[in-house]
Amino acid sequence: MLNRLMQSRLRGVMVLALILIILPAFLGNPFHYELVTQMAIIAATVVGLNLLVGYAGQISLGHAGFFGLGAYFTGIATGTYGWPSVPALLVGAVVVGIIAWVVGRPILRLKGHYLSMATLAVGFIIAIILNNERALTGGPDGMPVPAFEVFGWELSTFGQYSLFGLQIEGFQAWYIFASVVLLVAVWFALNLIESPIGRALRSVHGSEVAARVVGVNTAKYKSLVFVISAVYASLMGSLYAHFQGFITPAVASFEFSILFITMVVLGGMGSTFGVILGAVVLKLLPQVLADFQELETVMFGLILMLTMIFMPKGLLPTLTAVVSTKLGKKKAGGAA
Amino acid sequence: MLSTMMRRAGKCAAVAAAGLMMMSAQAAEPIKIGSFLSVTGPASFLGDPELKTLEMYVEKINEDGGVLGRQLELIHYDDVGNASSARNFASRLLRSDRVDIIVGGSTTGATMAAVPLVEQAGVPFISLAGAVVITTPVKKWVFKTPQTDRMAAERVLGDMKERGLTKVGLISGTGGFGSSGRAQTLEVAEMMGVEIVADETYSGSDTDMTAQLTNIRNTDGVQAVLNFGFGQGPAIVTRNYNQLGIELPFYQSHGVASDSFLELAGDAAEGLRLPASPLLVPDSLPESDPQKEVVQNYKSEYEARWDSKVSTFGAYAYDGLMLAVRAIEEAGSTDPEAVRDALESISGYVGVTGEFNMSPEDHNGLDADSFRILEVQNGDWKLID
Amino acid sequence: MFSEFLQYLFTGVTIGATYALIALGFTLIYNASHVINFAQGEFLMIGGMATVSLTAMGVPMILAVVLAVVLAGILGILLQRFAIAPAKQADVVTLIIITIGASIFIRGIAQIVWGKEYHVMQNFTSDEPIQVFGAVLNSQSLWVLGIGAVLVVALVLFFTRTLIGKAILATSMNKEAARLVGIRTQMVLMLAFMVSALLGSVAGIVVAPITFTSYDIGIILGLKGFVAAAIGGLGSGLGAVVGGLLLGVVEAMSAGYLSSDYKDAVAFSMILLVLFFLPRGLFGAKVVERV
Repeated sequence: MLNRLMQSRLRGVMVLALILIILPAFLGNPFHYELVTQMAIIAATVVGLNLLVGYAGQISLGHAGFFGLGAYFTGIATGTYGWPSVPALLVGAVVVGIIAWVVGRPILRLKGHYLSMATLAVGFIIAIILNNERALTGGPDGMPVPAFEVFGWELSTFGQYSLFGLQIEGFQAWYIFASVVLLVAVWFALNLIESPIGRALRSVHGSEVAARVVGVNTAKYKSLVFVISAVYASLMGSLYAHFQGFITPAVASFEFSILFITMVVLGGMGSTFGVILGAVVLKLLPQVLADFQELETVMFGLILMLTMIFMPKGLLPTLTAVVSTKLGKKKAGGAA
Repeated sequence: MLSTMMRRAGKCAAVAAAGLMMMSAQAAEPIKIGSFLSVTGPASFLGDPELKTLEMYVEKINEDGGVLGRQLELIHYDDVGNASSARNFASRLLRSDRVDIIVGGSTTGATMAAVPLVEQAGVPFISLAGAVVITTPVKKWVFKTPQTDRMAAERVLGDMKERGLTKVGLISGTGGFGSSGRAQTLEVAEMMGVEIVADETYSGSDTDMTAQLTNIRNTDGVQAVLNFGFGQGPAIVTRNYNQLGIELPFYQSHGVASDSFLELAGDAAEGLRLPASPLLVPDSLPESDPQKEVVQNYKSEYEARWDSKVSTFGAYAYDGLMLAVRAIEEAGSTDPEAVRDALESISGYVGVTGEFNMSPEDHNGLDADSFRILEVQNGDWKLID
Repeated sequence: MFSEFLQYLFTGVTIGATYALIALGFTLIYNASHVINFAQGEFLMIGGMATVSLTAMGVPMILAVVLAVVLAGILGILLQRFAIAPAKQADVVTLIIITIGASIFIRGIAQIVWGKEYHVMQNFTSDEPIQVFGAVLNSQSLWVLGIGAVLVVALVLFFTRTLIGKAILATSMNKEAARLVGIRTQMVLMLAFMVSALLGSVAGIVVAPITFTSYDIGIILGLKGFVAAAIGGLGSGLGAVVGGLLLGVVEAMSAGYLSSDYKDAVAFSMILLVLFFLPRGLFGAKVVERV
């Protein structure tokens, strides 16, 4: 039953929206809002990555490269050249999309670990450039990014706004904004999955050869989804840069790429809501584990390892399976 | 639905804020000192001694009755040397823990990531990181205790000029410290009439810098070599330098001013010079030096408590904490504006790193002379200037 | 000019030999189980750190080395038994994430036990560098190359001459068939992890005098090893050796002749180039995709 609920596009988005609306009741202070806002931005990124990994079955170990490019494009365009935020964000996404398309054509021919290797190399090259071009990017010490602004309206977590005659704080405004962005990102992804493109993608995941035999232009679809996931990353990178107010080349680093892919796998590859859960868990863990001091790293590694060993399909798919079998049993028991 | 939720959340926040205000009115409430440091990760050699220093002196101050009759409470997080986590923990300190002052930020990246938040929240922040950008231009709420990398470059190049060396080969790490140091060295060199004839870099994870050093050695006219970097990289550079048999005078930055560097580099370090705080040579300081007593005390207390050698990086935290305490005492409260104003007007405070004279134009308060030039002789530090 | 070139070559070959040894570890495990073991770098760390800490406790060098290698071997077995084996049905990426989790876990333990400082290990023999045509060679480099060569030969003999070695090969080719002819495949997999760990720890010990050693040295060296293995072609022993040396030499040459800022970027561009023309690396086996 839960399964059917999740499969229904509209209902899934509604559930997510409901959670996002109820959530503020549990947020005790501005820091909690900030944390959840970040989770939403990162979650939207991995929803995009999941299209590539979960549906097309192509593993990227360099996705932070695109995220970082988006962040730096925004940082440089708005900070150094005084562009307004929205055009910077959109032009950045187009530029990153083109880069992804150019890079994607040759490397998507590769299979399995070789593809991972190639994406890893692309990510590394991007990170190295961001780190070295000090005049443009501020180098390893990073660069400040101005607040997000639309038509002279600045969105700062320290601001005060009135929305429909309601006084809200800046961090709440960011939360609402990020929630809407996440909902749109999820809605778009779900529609894509249910479209003919999505079906073609899943056939690529199943068996590329078979897909090709029945006439699916696999190269085209793989390229397309690679570009889409890169654009997702770029857009979210731009928002992340605005939200953070300061970026360093770490946003494009290998560690960040690994974090993204871990969110996808931990949450549940191929499950849009699963990967959101993955993002939430992995963003929350460092904050929760911060109190363990010395043991923090050990516990993080252990939790990651154990979760994947005992829930190889990921958190949400495993949990849904458990819940539905329990429900099923109950039903069966009732009938008997 | 949304609007009622938001209203309710707003109400909660208002109640919480009122509660906090009432609580802070009580004198027994501890003074909250927040900190985010790179206790683990690649910059742990900075964050680890910094945290140890903060912990032991907060304890000590509390045993002695605290500050303004209130106890100190240290709230600290480990940013793992990552700027985004530094920013998040800074946010947690400011908006969740609601600290009165922040003493932390081991690296320049971590510090700068927190700066926009600190400036908007209006809480005094004493950074423990090196780069000149932290306090130049001056930011209202941001102070720092270590000398800037620019001063290090001035001292090193000055010493070179005195020895008649004006053509310098530069090698630097691509991390934040090395990269900023490189930029400052290039600028200062131009001002001082020193020519940088070779400019090489290595990344923090490199295990061999022979190729870069070969290039420097083969550069025409090079008279001396300066390495700007921290971590294990400079120790490998020093060893490779020795293996290649390069005879030119060799300089390191203050990034390696610790005894563990001597241990790693071994005999290869013999004869190299670097700018450092007097902490490495407490006993060579003349009796007249006002820093002598502070330095000796910090060294003996730290080593007695932790059973490990002091490092100059921990001293940045010592000075940061003491400046914070002094400012709070001067201000007579933890009112952020008052503490900030008091910090800005501190003068003549003799710390381990140097003598601090803050002003509205200078949120660092040290001058280049607080760096001493040391030379490695017989496996130990020797005070040169 | 020539001495310059020779110097870069020496540098590259020394680093490359290290990469090659790590790459061999990847290859071994990949061959037996098709798992990319991202915890490979941690074996390297265990080798170096355990040796350093044992000698500091007064254990003689030789004994310390043996104990460190044994420790790594046990760790290899534990990794297979408790982390990889229970997740047999898992996806390839899931297995990768498990090994990443394992590497974070091992690193965390090492940090608590051994602390965060870098440590020195003395050169095995003299500290005096060797002069060759105006270039200098660290005497430890000879040890790295020598021990590397011995290990490669030993591995070749192991796989071609011993029953256990052949069993590992058989398992890697077809697990079901291997089981049918009476090979205990679970045992074989554990063995592959153990041998790979031994290899990694020996590499960690011989390079420690050059690179220093610390609890986090495995991250980047492990990654470079994976890169080397992929250039050479996953699963190919020869490929791992060639890939490692090639990566090391390209890094040193680009630091020397092109730009030290971009030497890593040059190395990664080379990977893309190699994969562009040879999608399975230099010596990767042509595998027919089963439909």
